Amino acid sequence: MSKGKLVLENGMIFSGELFGAEGNAWGEIVFNTALCGYEEILTDPSYYGQVVMMTYPLIGNYGVNYNDAESDKVQANGFIVGNYEDDWCNFEGIDSLSDYLKKSGVTGISGIDTRQLTKIVRSEGAMRCYITNENLSVQDVMKRIRNIPTMTGTDLAGKVTVTKRYELHGKNRFRVAVYDFGIKKNIIREFHRYGFNMMVFPATTGYREILDYKPDGIFLSNGPGDPAAVGYAIENISKLIPSGIPMFGICLGHQLISLALNAKTYKLKFGHRGANHPVRNQLTNRIEITSQNHGFAVDESTLNRDEVEVTHTNLYDGTNEGISHRRYPVFSVQYHPESAPGPNDSKYLFDEFYKIIEENKN
Amino acid sequence: MPRRSDIKTILLIGSGPIVIGQACEFDYSGTQAVKALKEEGYKVILVNSNPATIMTDPELADATYIEPITPYFIEKIIQKEQPDAILPTMGGQTALNTAIALNESGVLNKYGIELIGAKVDSIRKAESRELFNNSMNKIGLETAKGQFVNTYKEAQDFIDQIGFPVIIRPSFTLGGTGGGIAYNYEEFENFVNRGLTTSPVNQVLIEESLIGWKEFELEVMRDSNDNFVVICSIENFDPMGVHTGDSITVAPAQTLSDKQYQKLRDAAKKVISEIGVETGGSNIQFAVNPVTGRIIVIEMNPRVSRSSALASKATGFPIAKIAAKLAVGYTLDEIPNDITKTTPSCFEPVIDYVVVKIPRWDFNKFRSPNPESDVLGVQMKSVGEVMSFGRNFKEAFQKAIRSLEIGRSGLGADGKDLYTTGQLLNIKGKDKDELIDKIITKLQTPRNDNIFYLRYALLLGVSIEQLYTSTQIDPWFLNQIREIVEMEKELTEYML
Repeated sequence: MSKGKLVLENGMIFSGELFGAEGNAWGEIVFNTALCGYEEILTDPSYYGQVVMMTYPLIGNYGVNYNDAESDKVQANGFIVGNYEDDWCNFEGIDSLSDYLKKSGVTGISGIDTRQLTKIVRSEGAMRCYITNENLSVQDVMKRIRNIPTMTGTDLAGKVTVTKRYELHGKNRFRVAVYDFGIKKNIIREFHRYGFNMMVFPATTGYREILDYKPDGIFLSNGPGDPAAVGYAIENISKLIPSGIPMFGICLGHQLISLALNAKTYKLKFGHRGANHPVRNQLTNRIEITSQNHGFAVDESTLNRDEVEVTHTNLYDGTNEGISHRRYPVFSVQYHPESAPGPNDSKYLFDEFYKIIEENKN
Repeated sequence: MPRRSDIKTILLIGSGPIVIGQACEFDYSGTQAVKALKEEGYKVILVNSNPATIMTDPELADATYIEPITPYFIEKIIQKEQPDAILPTMGGQTALNTAIALNESGVLNKYGIELIGAKVDSIRKAESRELFNNSMNKIGLETAKGQFVNTYKEAQDFIDQIGFPVIIRPSFTLGGTGGGIAYNYEEFENFVNRGLTTSPVNQVLIEESLIGWKEFELEVMRDSNDNFVVICSIENFDPMGVHTGDSITVAPAQTLSDKQYQKLRDAAKKVISEIGVETGGSNIQFAVNPVTGRIIVIEMNPRVSRSSALASKATGFPIAKIAAKLAVGYTLDEIPNDITKTTPSCFEPVIDYVVVKIPRWDFNKFRSPNPESDVLGVQMKSVGEVMSFGRNFKEAFQKAIRSLEIGRSGLGADGKDLYTTGQLLNIKGKDKDELIDKIITKLQTPRNDNIFYLRYALLLGVSIEQLYTSTQIDPWFLNQIREIVEMEKELTEYML
């Protein structure tokens, strides 16, 4: 491991040791409070453009097994940990985390006081950072940091979506049109479990092409970046909602549906990223422990309550976690019912999607 | 649901005298519970035969009885105080057993008293091996396989199904005389035939042995609205075969991926629902096969336990206090988080540190002529424990050893070692081989001082693979110990 530095936008410098690929890494620094699940986190396309820091200090313990990956490669731009543990041990493990990062060309830094770093990000808010083992002057690094695009106003879904549509066959009679804004594999796995036939479409696909597929359900995936910057998707969704075809959105998908219904989104100070967020289901009054990963949120006060019902609320800070439409079979959640990583408390939402598709079809 | 107003007076049963396996942790939880119930305006009657406890301090409960915890005396207290409910989940196994006895003798019925925290049926389902196995079967979870046999032929058929190793326990013999663990057919035949002869009913129980498997515990809570949270996951440093109370344990779990951990979480959720603990905390133990990942449910305690005291201190989540409030009708989301005050208690704590617990034994005080008396096994022998926090395992582990008050300042190199670092690094040839043999032999049997021998072995150059084969301690933990030893070696290079 070679010596390296982590430099923050506010000018603070942390020294550590690099692991994974040699080189530089940069992006918006975000922290995740999950105790494990780094393989899922690193490969989640929603982390595209971000440098992820884990608040739990020992990372790498169980290696990686490839089956837990949420996409085909590491999507995060960089990785920050307290202690990287190279001597992993696990019955499903295949590679060390460092070798895994190396294969994707992503740099990690270890030996960082992640507790202090978390406090800084919590008090000063999301900021850009740069990891390097080059001997650069502070001015040079700061210049590079200023060149990193900010999250607000940036469409990143377009960067991680599929380039061409593809089909996945299932055993039931229903067809689901899946908008890929950076979809996690576990969502596909869940749909597959229900036996849906799926056509996965690029983010920019127009609503006519979706309707031509004659879907029984439409799904809007998670994804990275600022939802308000994905104008083309918002427009298509606003055309698809009145079609009466059941629609389900997760994370970015939830934000896009809200925007299509004329609500507003805003950037959270430091986001929600972890596997322990309690969410109240307002319809059943039950609490779900949820997996979360979002830097933007829907401004609940801008929702038209005559049209939309608030279905889920975060118990930590009261932010919006879910809505459903009063007239159309449309519902969405801000958190991740597909978990990966995190608890499986919210899998019932996939049941609900199946049910409304079935009801709608009959 | 708000607090129940149909009950006014609650009888809380303590755990009685301090014995091995049931010590001050129940004073800690009982005291929390008394305070929590008083805070809610209930009249709290306390019974505990042990006056050397915090909970029996006169200002705590409304009435405190220092009386034996037996159905007879408790009935007398019930007659006098006329409580509406009994909270039996704070005083360990003693309190649970007494509550069950009071139910069976009809006392609860006679005085119209309700058990809160855990229902009689739930306690029974968790305590009876047969009912528990049936319940686990029903929800698709595995327990250790076992079968009673009366002939060697039957035994042979069963062993062909489950494979080695197995534990053979003759029925109705004193202290399990004639039993043992068989790793091959020869030993198997020997033990089974001996067991069949020794057993007065010519019967032996053959049970799948989980010795050497990874062991995990989940501390969980559930409320009347079916909300479920895991407070803490705990991983045992020592593999299955050593009682949890005698194991070094670590929170949170270290060597599981999220998918593997979620399987345990899902299982725990099913277990607590099926057993039917609706208002309180439970401790659920799992064994995980280190090669196949197969999960076995070992047991479930429908009450606060030694581990929940540990989990409370490790996470800052006051399990006993919250369990007491759940028992009187609140749901998790109605109780404020003790630390933040503004968010609810319905969440799963995350920590950014590692917690290590090391048991403290006093074999010098409990001398025995039996040379095997300090061997760690299925019966708990430790008399106390220390816990420590660190930003990594090594830090927490070293702090814990130092806190044991056994005169050690860490894993070694403190002038108290049996062999000096120099001796171990410089020994050569036949002497070295002999010493390695001696240390490996020692490590093959779990004993209280084995961690120091792990260090000797590593200084002698024994590989992690060989140590794993001898101890079945997960290589991840062995590597952590190796890193401590490597740091020591590095430090010996420097001079003052």
